[in-house]
Amino acid sequence: MTKSIKILGTGCPKCKTLTNLVEEVVKENNIDATVEKVEDIVEIMTFNVMVTPAIVIDDVVTTKGRIPSKQEVLELLN
Amino acid sequence: MFDWIQNIANWLVYDILKMEAKNHLAEALNFFIYDTTKILMLLFVVIFLMGIVNSYFPIDKVKNYLSRHKLYGLEYLFASLFGVVTPFCSCSSVPLFIGFVRGGIPLGVTFAFLITSPLVNEVAIGLFVGLFGVKITILYILSGVLLGTISGFILQKLNLEHLLTPWVKEVLANAQREQDKFLKEKQPFIRRLPIIWNEVLKILKGIIPYVIVGIAIGGLMHGYIPEGFFEQYMSKEHLFAVPVATILAIPMYSNASGILPIVQVLVAKGIPLGTAIAFMMGVVGLSLPEAMLLKKVMSIKLIGIFFGVVTLCIILSGYVFNLIL
Repeated sequence: MTKSIKILGTGCPKCKTLTNLVEEVVKENNIDATVEKVEDIVEIMTFNVMVTPAIVIDDVVTTKGRIPSKQEVLELLN
Repeated sequence: MFDWIQNIANWLVYDILKMEAKNHLAEALNFFIYDTTKILMLLFVVIFLMGIVNSYFPIDKVKNYLSRHKLYGLEYLFASLFGVVTPFCSCSSVPLFIGFVRGGIPLGVTFAFLITSPLVNEVAIGLFVGLFGVKITILYILSGVLLGTISGFILQKLNLEHLLTPWVKEVLANAQREQDKFLKEKQPFIRRLPIIWNEVLKILKGIIPYVIVGIAIGGLMHGYIPEGFFEQYMSKEHLFAVPVATILAIPMYSNASGILPIVQVLVAKGIPLGTAIAFMMGVVGLSLPEAMLLKKVMSIKLIGIFFGVVTLCIILSGYVFNLIL
């Protein structure tokens, strides 16, 4: 099943770095997933996140407030 | 404590490069080598320690603590102290703001957190110890915390809830005291360490250019501008020096790493410490980019009041610093 990955962030450099990193991991490992960047603050708030950037996988918040390593992202996706 | 770094700087400049001790360039270079080494070392230590604290200090717990405990006025102080230990990227200020409001935390307490957090953080602390010594660092932290506490208290008393944007008011109306329903990251220290380490390197990498440029400018000023140069314009006798410095500082935006080495030299050249710190707080604590972000949650009027109150408090603390130091 296709995983849905959302990157929450209001548009700061950290959020952009994280989006690129997740996209790379997905591509390099041929993971069946859609990556979506969420910048709308009202939508971000529905996830109850206070520190961005955050990764949401299938509607579950997995990391927030930091940029994880590629290895960690891969583990989260498996 | 740092004599050995001075010895290395002396050795490099006077023995290896064979420069004259009275030479302006030699003085600037010596200052640059000494300051960069000392500051980078201290920054490394402080950022690393704070990284550990941070890793174990999730913001959700802070929010839950503040919303669940009746603190009889001390909540402003606590919010401000939490602001010291939890640095956040400025783009997080809006989500944090909403998170706090939704958790049922009063607006003024939220402001106390928002004010202190950028003002007093690990980078500022590391730089302050390196440039001004421990005593002044403690004074700075205290005044940053008091500034957040007092401004938060005043902002609460002004009853400003009606000046929030409509969607935030809606959030406020549905505010509830949330329980401990957050994702706990249960990771042993060994697994956290590489994450913390990477974060430390990232922060250092991010600020090193600013620190070096700041110290280089500082070094040149140190070598070439005569002592007492600024004194004629900005001494304690000039009553309006503090407000002028603060108001000039607000549109300038930099983080502590770029501005502090320059502040140090301004002080060495005769600007009173209180005036210099007010200037720094204005640069670091309030900025136009922050105002733009806050527009999503506050009306322009509220942003104006928020900036106004904080500015006044910064000016006051500048005068107080000048009086006691």
